[in-house]
Amino acid sequence: MLTLRNIKKSYREPDGTPLPILDIPQFTVADGEQVVLVGRSGCGKTTLLQTIAGITRADSGEIVIDGIDIATKTEGYVDRVRAAKIGYVFQTFNLLPGFSAFENVMLGMTFARGRKDHGRAIQLLDRVGLSHRLTHRPAALSVGEQQRVAVARALANKPSLLLADEPTANIDPRNQQKIVDLIRETCREEKVSLVMVTHSTEVSGQFDRVDRLEEINQVKFNDTTAGAAA
Amino acid sequence: MSLFRIALRSITQRPVASLLTMISMGLGVMLVVAVLSIHGVVEQSFANNASLGYNVAIGAKGGKEQLVLNTVYYLSQPVENIWYSYYCEFLPQAERDRLLKESFAYRSHEAAWQTAELAALAGDQGLAGAALSQSLAAVGLPLAPDARRQATDGPAVELGRHGKYGQLTEMAIPLCLGDYFGRFRVVGTTPKLFDDLVYDIENNRKFEFAQGRNFVHHSPEHGYFEAVVGAKVARELDVKLGDEISPRHGAPEGHTHERKFTVVGILKTSGTPNDRAVFVNMEGFYLMEDHAKPLDQQRPGDQPEEAAPQSDEEARKDLEARRKKELELLRAADPEPLPVEQREVTAILVNADPMIAPGLENAINEGRDAQLVLPIKVIYELFEFIVKPVQWTLLALTAMICVVSGISILVSIYNSMSERRHEIAVMRALGADRYTVGWIILLESTLLALGGGMLGWLAGHTLCLAASPIIEDQTGVTIGFWNWEPAISLGTLLGTSSGRLATLSLPLELLLVPALLVLAIVVGFWPAVSAYRTDVAKSLGK
Repeated sequence: MLTLRNIKKSYREPDGTPLPILDIPQFTVADGEQVVLVGRSGCGKTTLLQTIAGITRADSGEIVIDGIDIATKTEGYVDRVRAAKIGYVFQTFNLLPGFSAFENVMLGMTFARGRKDHGRAIQLLDRVGLSHRLTHRPAALSVGEQQRVAVARALANKPSLLLADEPTANIDPRNQQKIVDLIRETCREEKVSLVMVTHSTEVSGQFDRVDRLEEINQVKFNDTTAGAAA
Repeated sequence: MSLFRIALRSITQRPVASLLTMISMGLGVMLVVAVLSIHGVVEQSFANNASLGYNVAIGAKGGKEQLVLNTVYYLSQPVENIWYSYYCEFLPQAERDRLLKESFAYRSHEAAWQTAELAALAGDQGLAGAALSQSLAAVGLPLAPDARRQATDGPAVELGRHGKYGQLTEMAIPLCLGDYFGRFRVVGTTPKLFDDLVYDIENNRKFEFAQGRNFVHHSPEHGYFEAVVGAKVARELDVKLGDEISPRHGAPEGHTHERKFTVVGILKTSGTPNDRAVFVNMEGFYLMEDHAKPLDQQRPGDQPEEAAPQSDEEARKDLEARRKKELELLRAADPEPLPVEQREVTAILVNADPMIAPGLENAINEGRDAQLVLPIKVIYELFEFIVKPVQWTLLALTAMICVVSGISILVSIYNSMSERRHEIAVMRALGADRYTVGWIILLESTLLALGGGMLGWLAGHTLCLAASPIIEDQTGVTIGFWNWEPAISLGTLLGTSSGRLATLSLPLELLLVPALLVLAIVVGFWPAVSAYRTDVAKSLGK
């Protein structure tokens, strides 16, 4: 489903010198596989997810999603691939405040080609237990409910790959497990590959495959460089 | 969810800022609509006034604009007068003969002829001299030396022929101007102005009376002193039927004439300058003090005659005789009309065959007595060279206001960009490409511009509706809420004069829609580029 080869990514220091963040010779996720990525803060976990999603362009290497190497494609093409094949759950949910829960979920399929399926949006909200909150705006939802809407939104476009960036970091422990269960179960049901980043050992302990970024990434961070890769 | 809905959501998410932005745009559009409506009203008013019922105005030599302003609009300073006999040259034989028989010259010659016949019969010069004096007294003429000179030496009145231009003229109506009633012009004229003049040729409409009737040449009740007032005059000065009015001489603040005219008719509103004028019988107009032209006045261009030597005593007697005569005229309840030689007219409104009018124009303008103007041409020139540029300047100013309002949209959206960058980044992360987020911003500016435009359009037309009674009162033009004037020809827009499309016309206001769209795109472009260039990774944060 997802294959990374020789992915290199670096940022620029204010003085112009390159600051390497990622150097990953190989990283693969099979169809429907659920992988958790762990690593200390600033080791490049978010950068890796954004690079896989095409939000950040890799300096070099291959990023193959469903057989398409998006690293060689134009930005517009990568946007279309992201709209059609990738779902993204953010740590801070990133729901649009002016839109209702239903509209936020619809937004997840707005930019993909094809029919905008209202029924699916309602079904997903029902799946995450928010069928009674369709018209509520994010401000009227609890933190846990907001993250559930974010999960529903990430799955709205029927993605092949779901990227979840510390989805439980801002949630109380009682709701953490619910969110993790929801994501994993939904991905299983929808046959979606999952790459989840987390700091939580409780969460990572539930996955069959746990990858430490420090092990797959050849860039070695010291304390002074770690922050840049956040 | 459509991009339109996303843009709409962005607007409703910031209701106060969006509403203020739309109001700002709305005010600009309201002004444009108001100016366009005024534009339409002015055009309509000009069109109404251009439907005159006559195509030629003749007056004293001088500025043609001033002549038109005086005769068509009753505006500007009064112009010089022309001889009454000149007016007679535009009449058919019967009417000309009838009027000229009222002339001093004709009556003097008749008297002289009778005297000569008497003298021939008597063969006595002394008897003839006495008979002449008696005859002149009998026709009511002063026995001053100049009068005697005219009676014996003046040119004979040529009767039995059409006026020089009579056969080229379908209708000739004289106007005498110079007096005022309140701030309104008093127009001395003949009943033909209301009996014969079809001012709205398209609908075959003559001036109609809201109350009363037209004045007549001579009525048993009021003699020559009847008046008709325009609708606006009646309203503003609360003039009613039966009221007696006294014009002021020469200017609104001039001395008040002793003569009173009885109001016998009030005109219906016609949307023409006649709404704001007072019409009096020309015969009565002449009989007011200071309106009779002195008999010894020379025609312009005449060689000065050698005046008969006159002693101081003779001059004093002459003056006294003249004053006595004037006083008699003034005090008489029903005086005799003034002889032709003491009359002048300010202008003659003529309806001439359009094919002949240019020839008539040349013939008259080459002469020394008067000038002929084609009022429609002058009105059109005034409109094109004075009114239109002013209107377009106003329109340009209001368009500038719209541009400023458009810049307020730019500022509003651009200021919101910093807080919206995160939203844009989220949309990008959900698969929106750069162009899509740019389009959303453009749609937003378009919605703000069109929404504001709609508000402004409604406000502008509501304003027109509210001002409608005042506008109708001032101009006679009726405008309602759905006033779509002025219109622009599709041919003008497309730059073609042929084809069916060229004959169609659109309300000028409709151009606001594309104009606002262009404005919205222009002002939305910068924020759209900013959205386009949003760094997704940086803006997403965590």
